[in-house]
Amino acid sequence: MKGTSVAVRPGRGGLAVRFLFILYIALLIVIPLLALISCGLRGGILQVWAAITAPVALQALTLTLWSAGAISLINAIMGTATAWVLVRYRFPGRSLLSALVDLPFAIPTLVTGIMLVILLGPQSLTGQWLAGQGITVTFAPPSILLALLFISFPFVVRAVEPVLLEQDPGEEEAARTLGAGSLATFLWVLLPPLAPAILSGTIQSFARALGEFGSIVIVSGNIPYRTLTAPVYLFGEVESGRSDIAAAVSIVLLVIALGLNLAARGIRQTKHA
Amino acid sequence: MRNYSTIRTFTVGQWLLLALVLFYVGALLVLPVVALVVRALAGGIQPLLDTFHNVNALHGLQLSISLAVIALVANGILGVGGALVLVRHRFFGRRFLDALIDLPFAVSPVMTGLAFLLLFGRDGWFEPLLGEWKVTFAFPGLVIATLFVTFPFTLREVGYVLEELGTLEEEAAVTLGASPFRVFWLVTLPNIRYGLGYGIILTVARALGEFGAVLVLGGAISGKTATTTTFIYNAIEERQEAAAFSMALVLAVASILLLAGLEWLKYQRSKEL
Amino acid sequence: MGIRVSHLTKHFGSFLAVDDVSLEIPSGDLVAFLGPSGGGKSTILRIIAGLETADSGSVFFDEENADHLHARARGVGFVFQHYALFRHMTVMQNIAFGLRVRGANHTQQTARVQELLALMGLRGLEERYPSQLSGGQRQRVALARALAPEPKVLLLDEPFGAVDAKVREDLRHWLRRLHDEVHLTSIFVTHDQEEAFSVADRVIIINKGRVEQAGSPEEILDQPTTEFVARFIGEANVYQATVQNGIAHVGALPVSAPGITDGTQATLVIRLYDLKFWRDDNGMATVVRTMTLGDRIKVEATIDGAGTIFSQFPRRSSLLKGIEPGVRIHIEVTMARAYPSG
Repeated sequence: MKGTSVAVRPGRGGLAVRFLFILYIALLIVIPLLALISCGLRGGILQVWAAITAPVALQALTLTLWSAGAISLINAIMGTATAWVLVRYRFPGRSLLSALVDLPFAIPTLVTGIMLVILLGPQSLTGQWLAGQGITVTFAPPSILLALLFISFPFVVRAVEPVLLEQDPGEEEAARTLGAGSLATFLWVLLPPLAPAILSGTIQSFARALGEFGSIVIVSGNIPYRTLTAPVYLFGEVESGRSDIAAAVSIVLLVIALGLNLAARGIRQTKHA
Repeated sequence: MRNYSTIRTFTVGQWLLLALVLFYVGALLVLPVVALVVRALAGGIQPLLDTFHNVNALHGLQLSISLAVIALVANGILGVGGALVLVRHRFFGRRFLDALIDLPFAVSPVMTGLAFLLLFGRDGWFEPLLGEWKVTFAFPGLVIATLFVTFPFTLREVGYVLEELGTLEEEAAVTLGASPFRVFWLVTLPNIRYGLGYGIILTVARALGEFGAVLVLGGAISGKTATTTTFIYNAIEERQEAAAFSMALVLAVASILLLAGLEWLKYQRSKEL
Repeated sequence: MGIRVSHLTKHFGSFLAVDDVSLEIPSGDLVAFLGPSGGGKSTILRIIAGLETADSGSVFFDEENADHLHARARGVGFVFQHYALFRHMTVMQNIAFGLRVRGANHTQQTARVQELLALMGLRGLEERYPSQLSGGQRQRVALARALAPEPKVLLLDEPFGAVDAKVREDLRHWLRRLHDEVHLTSIFVTHDQEEAFSVADRVIIINKGRVEQAGSPEEILDQPTTEFVARFIGEANVYQATVQNGIAHVGALPVSAPGITDGTQATLVIRLYDLKFWRDDNGMATVVRTMTLGDRIKVEATIDGAGTIFSQFPRRSSLLKGIEPGVRIHIEVTMARAYPSG
């Protein structure tokens, strides 16, 4: 049962815990990111501009953004469909499906990359068959999309599921007694309350895809101007000792990720208003 | 409010949707895992056994397990403390602090590694303080990177439960004469145990699987700072496929076991509700 | 439009929710389905609306079989127990929904919505969302929404269950007035007797998936045909006794039990207001206590050789003179129902 209020007046011990916690966050999260930002901005805003407009960097950023956008769109549709099936349908294997949804959160992304190379690489049966059809997946852009689809699959499902569970079945029945067909009921009655959850899940999967490194570094071949994504580009710069350029490009990614994160938070918090 | 009456007999359209979702999840999530298992065991069990005699592989495994244990203890304790502070205390800057918690989810692992490199590496902010003590390309660096990427899990999972819980039971315990310590130990902790369990499992999974940040900050030096994931990466680079696939299989099995543990906890919890 | 339901049966798993129910509701009537929770009232209503499918049996609208009709094609207005308003739509959009899905143009929608807003006393709330309305307002929006497409039948599932007592009272009068103006065939489900009797033309008592009795409020109150109805409607004293010469003896209290075979057991149901007593030192019972229930007084007494009996009187009734705990009284039963014990 819920108390009247969740808040309490902390005692001396509580204040000590609060102090430790804030200190930990400052040391672990705030200061490192400040170091990153300050290094990125050391040469001024013009250097950031120069860093991201360098042809290789720009290509990497563009590839990252469009592939993240494409997979987010697919996630929005397939994630909603999966949540729908999980909540509304009863069939053998449903709990297995539900467990599988979390698989990408458990499997290391590097392992994801290896699995995709084994499945679709030039040495595999599927890879040879695809090559016979004139399709190369690994070390080509499609492999990036597949890897991103794998690692970001759970976000929309897990965002939509609780909202679907909460929905009042009466609303759907009311729509039916008022003369709405299946499509009208779905579009006008069922979808609008789900929209914030779908949007927030989609944004999260987009943000997650922007930063993905482990699986892509394995599957994509990291060919500049073709399959080099922004995180892999950053890694290359760091390895070559050009931390300042990496930090400058990082700022752009950081700003996008922070903005999206705040947007998703905002949507989650206002959806019950 | 009534729950949805769930669908057990399907129309053609519903069959198609179910088939689509099962096909998608099967092809995207299950098939790659199967491919890894088949490929890793294609040469029998021997390559797997050989890998366990590989000194570097074993060292990587030990390293990963130590990092996971450190992360689960440190972020377990600070996660519970932090969740209590964030949910229960009211203080200036609480919402800002709350927004900071998710940053590790939003930042690419490569950027995490870079940020700490800029702090502890050559010409870094903290370099003068370190003296002979080495952080980058050494064990402490791996610890810091792991703590950063696993920080939000326990805190968030425990936080959700605390918000649901309210303070009623704790108030009851206080009126019955319990000291703050006993209230926490006898009332709060048992109530948050599932949240804590989810958080710990996700923390361990992420710690075992972290790649980008430990690669950048640790340098993947064989037998020294190479964790399981970076060992696999090195093996791939050196075209030692048997070793790479074997260790990838070990990681995949470990993460599937963790996932099974997570599902078991969810099942236990649903039985109690 | 008249409604006829014939031999409806519905199982939920192994639970028999509706057991061979047949009933008829003439066009223009306002009927209440009354009975305990879980008795199958709502299920029958939902089958009529097409929201549930019966295992067997049929629903007829004006003698036309409606079994094959989808809920959206039945032309039924349905008011849900917890309103089921579309949370993401304004009052205006909620009410206009049925017109919108039928392809009515904007002008038609606005005209009809304005008409209903006036009828329901909801003017000025057009742009509010359901979460910004009181319980009574939500209920009226739900009604307006159901009425907007001009249904031929109005079905209300526990329509006033979720609002507080005072608002419920207002809504009842209001529903009755609405019906008197529009004369739409209406069925409402309730477990509240007062609600059923004060609003409906006819009351159908439903228990364990079966129709126990159908009739006017007066018929049901005065001539309960089954023991269940007699016990369920109003408060009553219930006794088991053997009948001799048409009289059952409840301890020292004789009660006439016409129509029961001599020498058999009968169940006797005595309404609280169907007995009189007065102070009598040679009486057959002792007063235990008196309870004040607002404008009425309830008296508890013990019959010699039997159990407790309750009765109820208006607060200033002359019958209460001298009645206090411990005094002996004589009891006279003015009306009792007797049913053979089964």
